[in-house]
Amino acid sequence: MKTNLTGPRQTIAALVEDRPGVLTRVASLFRRRGYNIESLAVGSTNEAGVSRMTIVVEGTPLIGDQVAKQLDKLIDVITTEVLVDGDSIGRELALIKVMAKPGQRREILDIVEIFRASIVDLSAASAIIQITAANETIEALTDNLRPYGILELVRTGGIALVRGERTTQMPHFEDEELRRFHQESGRIPSGDLPHLSD
Amino acid sequence: MTRMSGADIVLRCLQKLGVDTLFGYPGGVVLPLYDRFPDYPDINHILVRHEQAAGHAADGYARASGKLGVALATSGPGATNLVTAITNAHMDSVPTLFITGNVTRSLLGKDGFQEADITGITMPIVKHNYIVMRPDDLVYAFSEAAYIATTGRPGAVHIDIPKDVFIEEAEFHWPEDVHIRGYNPPTAADVESIEAATEIINQAERPLIFAGHGIILSDAAEELRAFAEKSEIPVVNTLLGLGSIAPSHVLSYGMLGMHGSYWANHAASSADVIIGLGMRMDDRALGRFEDMNPDAKIIHVDIDPAEHEKNIGTHVPIVGNVKDVLGQLAESVSAATHPDWLQWINEMRINHKESMSVPSGPELSAQYAISRIAELIGPESVLCTGVGQHQMWAAQFGNISRPRQFITSGGLGTMGFEVPAAMGAQAACPERPVWTICGDGGFQMTFQEIGTMVAEKLPVKMAIMNNCYLGMVRQWQELFYDKNLVDVNITQPDFLKIAEAYGIRGIRVTNQEDVDAAIQEAEADSGPVIIDFRVAQQDNVWPMVPAGAALNETVESSGQI
Repeated sequence: MKTNLTGPRQTIAALVEDRPGVLTRVASLFRRRGYNIESLAVGSTNEAGVSRMTIVVEGTPLIGDQVAKQLDKLIDVITTEVLVDGDSIGRELALIKVMAKPGQRREILDIVEIFRASIVDLSAASAIIQITAANETIEALTDNLRPYGILELVRTGGIALVRGERTTQMPHFEDEELRRFHQESGRIPSGDLPHLSD
Repeated sequence: MTRMSGADIVLRCLQKLGVDTLFGYPGGVVLPLYDRFPDYPDINHILVRHEQAAGHAADGYARASGKLGVALATSGPGATNLVTAITNAHMDSVPTLFITGNVTRSLLGKDGFQEADITGITMPIVKHNYIVMRPDDLVYAFSEAAYIATTGRPGAVHIDIPKDVFIEEAEFHWPEDVHIRGYNPPTAADVESIEAATEIINQAERPLIFAGHGIILSDAAEELRAFAEKSEIPVVNTLLGLGSIAPSHVLSYGMLGMHGSYWANHAASSADVIIGLGMRMDDRALGRFEDMNPDAKIIHVDIDPAEHEKNIGTHVPIVGNVKDVLGQLAESVSAATHPDWLQWINEMRINHKESMSVPSGPELSAQYAISRIAELIGPESVLCTGVGQHQMWAAQFGNISRPRQFITSGGLGTMGFEVPAAMGAQAACPERPVWTICGDGGFQMTFQEIGTMVAEKLPVKMAIMNNCYLGMVRQWQELFYDKNLVDVNITQPDFLKIAEAYGIRGIRVTNQEDVDAAIQEAEADSGPVIIDFRVAQQDNVWPMVPAGAALNETVESSGQI
């Protein structure tokens, strides 16, 4: 597990058609061009039929620009944006299962409070801690918990939005058949392929 | 609106797209489509002998005509045989549409007979692909595919159609507009970048243009000439940019790169401003990137913004269609002259002409044969090549003078491209003589298409530069692997007997004196012809920038390596 990244990282947001194969296209692009993905989070947006991918890659700002431009070449990628740290809010959720013997619980609880995390499960010898924070904060919490013994750790990958009122506008489909083609074609009609992860 | 089968919809779509020729090979799952061909006599289906050749033919057709090239194959092996051709077309930004059949929808993913996940396979080698699961979707897939393939940076698009989609009926309603919200190809450049480029160009003392394939793809040769002349900027070409300016033009200095001219490569290393036009700063053109010319200010015009800064740092990246951008630049730059700079290059050209000239000895050389073909058939003909030494000699001695005259596999470097690509070019340009310079290795990869040429009356002239070697590989083994020649001494059939087997004329030429007569004899023949030029076996291509070297490390003979 990588807890202390040394190199810089770039966050790229991509709005994509929620259509079969989009994730494969993006993953294939990253493999082919040799970009190193730190995390990739995909989810729905306020626009029906549009998913948002938040991709964190290791590399310089030049790499971030290249990734965004290569992603933009994919037809199913509607638009991309490189998110700049000071100009955007980035968050990630982590669940950390840590050893918590009765004598250590007070100390762990103190750490949890300092990081504004919370304990969501407690058993005789362990606790699950939940934190929603920026990447660096999660890493700091992890470092503080490590001496007690981390049993398992899971992170969602970062998501981010630009600060302020600015949003990404996109054209809508006027023709219902065309909308259906862009968002549903390619799917096996009788099948049950999941929308966001196929 | 009338209901019709998916097969009819596909053919109606092709009619709407103006496709009058396609190259294909039938098979189980595309039979419903083939069944309907007789009712569409305006669509000429050319039956090839191998699907790879269908793909290369569509590629050659598109390069020669500027129109969309179309190839069709069945599922499984038919589809996978297209893969090399798709990669080749896409890597050279050629507008092409590849159609494959697939197994019936209910069998998809069940490993049925002749099933291949061809859209999964082609994903990284196309601009976009589709698997069409409903006949109603065919019209959208075809209208979008053609639009995507031919606009912006052109490329390959693939449509996969399950067998029962050809059979099921739907209404045919052709969409008049294409609306893809994730795809907006750029046209003219923004004013700021034009101003920034103009300022740099106006102050340049030693400006140089790298003219690439984009000039030809966007039909911008006239704009290139006007811009270069106004500011008196010398032009060098990438391999695929050959033909964007005639060698006879006073500002034309030939090809750049690994087998470019000594003076073009040194001009590139010495320029103070480099203007890359519709080219992708490829390693074969630029040599070692970091030492290409670290002091020059670089202006890079490309319709694909992802090409900017991919390989080399750029001072002014300009996103736009190079035809529009050249119009903008020609208007904004000041008229200028650069007599000292031109004189510098001209003197170098005089002093180093020897390293790029036809060998003077009595032995028949490929360089001599190619230069005679170029001279006798003229620039209104089409000249195709395979990949290797003969390709580089064709680039050097082919006198490539007009856009779409020269058809060669640049990015992928596909041996065996020469015969089927020439066949496609001939189908696109029945009025032009089409010659293809073949290697004796590459010819053996795809010469089965002579059968197609004979059946379809496509009179391609195939000039084999037969040195009994995989010449370029031998050259590398000689120069970089201590003359350890391994598996390059390729044996051959009697090429004249191949001609005889297909019922076409075959001519063997073993000495210089017979070259012109053989070319004229081939020209006079109304069918395909094979000329087996028995050329010098040990010749190497010079000059050369060894792999990993910089352009100003161009060497002119093996003694310098």
